[in-house]
Amino acid sequence: MIGQRKDLLGLEDLTADEILSILDTARTFREVLDRPIPKVPSLRGITAANLFYEPSTRTRLSFELAEKRLSADTVSFQTAGSSVSKGETLKDTARNIEAMGIHLVIVRHHASGAPHYLARNLNAGVINAGDGTHEHPTQGLLDIYTMREHKARVTGLRVAIVGDILHSRVARSDIWGLKKLGAEVVVAGPTTMMPVEVERFGVTVAKSVDEALEGADVVNILRVQLERQSSTLYSTLREYARVYGITLERLRRARPDVLVMHPGPMNRGVEIAPEVADGEHSVILEQVTNGVAVRMAVLYLLAGQKDAPGASAEATLSEGKRPHGRSTLSPRR
Amino acid sequence: MEQVREKAEVLDAEGLRRAVTRIAHEIVEKNGGADSLVLVGIQRRGVPLARRLQEKIKEFEGVEPPVGSLNIALYRDDLQTIAHQPIVGASEIPVAIDGKIVVLVDDVLFTGRTARAALDELIDFGRPLSIQLAVMVDRGHRELPIRADYVGKNVPTSRREVVLVKVDEVDGTDGIWIGETLA
Repeated sequence: MIGQRKDLLGLEDLTADEILSILDTARTFREVLDRPIPKVPSLRGITAANLFYEPSTRTRLSFELAEKRLSADTVSFQTAGSSVSKGETLKDTARNIEAMGIHLVIVRHHASGAPHYLARNLNAGVINAGDGTHEHPTQGLLDIYTMREHKARVTGLRVAIVGDILHSRVARSDIWGLKKLGAEVVVAGPTTMMPVEVERFGVTVAKSVDEALEGADVVNILRVQLERQSSTLYSTLREYARVYGITLERLRRARPDVLVMHPGPMNRGVEIAPEVADGEHSVILEQVTNGVAVRMAVLYLLAGQKDAPGASAEATLSEGKRPHGRSTLSPRR
Repeated sequence: MEQVREKAEVLDAEGLRRAVTRIAHEIVEKNGGADSLVLVGIQRRGVPLARRLQEKIKEFEGVEPPVGSLNIALYRDDLQTIAHQPIVGASEIPVAIDGKIVVLVDDVLFTGRTARAALDELIDFGRPLSIQLAVMVDRGHRELPIRADYVGKNVPTSRREVVLVKVDEVDGTDGIWIGETLA
């Protein structure tokens, strides 16, 4: 792929050129999704395992769909009902999966750094599908892809990210990717949800949501993590909605062609007013479609790594499973 | 890209233009007109060649067959050797191809694997009445049971040689050359 990388662990690791080459490839796959048969045979013989140690609906569906649209074979598990509940370690689970001849491992984990640990210990390619509060690189890529398709550029865009920056791996991946591509990023949210020294990321901290929205080309609204509601990060949902919720009125401060984005799932009436979520500026459902294309691009580019498949013991097996693997289609001139 | 040295000119710009003109005539003759034709170029050089055929056919018949383009990268059978590069250029088939006569257009026919990939991809877009293949050069060395319906020029080659079809839209010049790779 992307240089000679085996894994996609975060956007922090990628260069601007690598990010752009993923986005260009994703555009090709976006077209595939509109075909009468939205499926290509590129990843025949490649097997992907989706390991979700944390609940997820859309990310898991999106990865599974991307794998199937590429004709890969897929296996998936969620923590409940797997051997994890029997006390198996992450490494043992993964090694067992690799012994089954799997080429790509997609992992979501509540611990930041879990995919990095797997990447170091496996020969298979590893894709981070969200680790703790660290990164969610494919979400970052699909956000940036969506902006780029609408605005025809990323450099110089003013992007406001509003909400719980501290706990948001989406925010982190967005910020890394956007800064590398030369966008201006401004963040706003409760001070209890703002990382210490967030400015070191190269972002501007706005004093209020209104200030962040001023002249924005894009506003990305982060989800209030209701599961954290019992903690003391903010007083009440109503208070949050009043101070930080994005309403049509607030949105008027942004540019007239502002894009409204949200990684989902939405809490309507809390961080985003229903009229905004369903309004003319909203590209929230487009993000979901684009997510499949972006994940196809990442899977495709990683699967093409010459040494990616399996451990040495499985190398012969995986060769055998790809009957056309070594034939030459092209150098025809 | 490996280094290629040009050895001999096979067809100059005028020769290439005549070949395109003749193929356009043959397509119309074989299909009894141009009414249900769709021309589909294989990226990259097949696409400008398909456009030129479109112009010629319009000139002769007054009918402008639609032109599409195929990026066959996703249907290739050598993922292991190519997929670490980004792919740029989506396929674009502007009309429904069901019941149409589709003419695939490419610059060179060699092993037949590109044509195989293009056939598979095209069939995922619909069910054409028939698919025909037009190429500027047939250089032999087929590895699959595939043949062209329209050929600009048959050029016997050795496997070490390369055939360069250049089109103005991509290369800034028109013509066909034989070259060899410098080891």
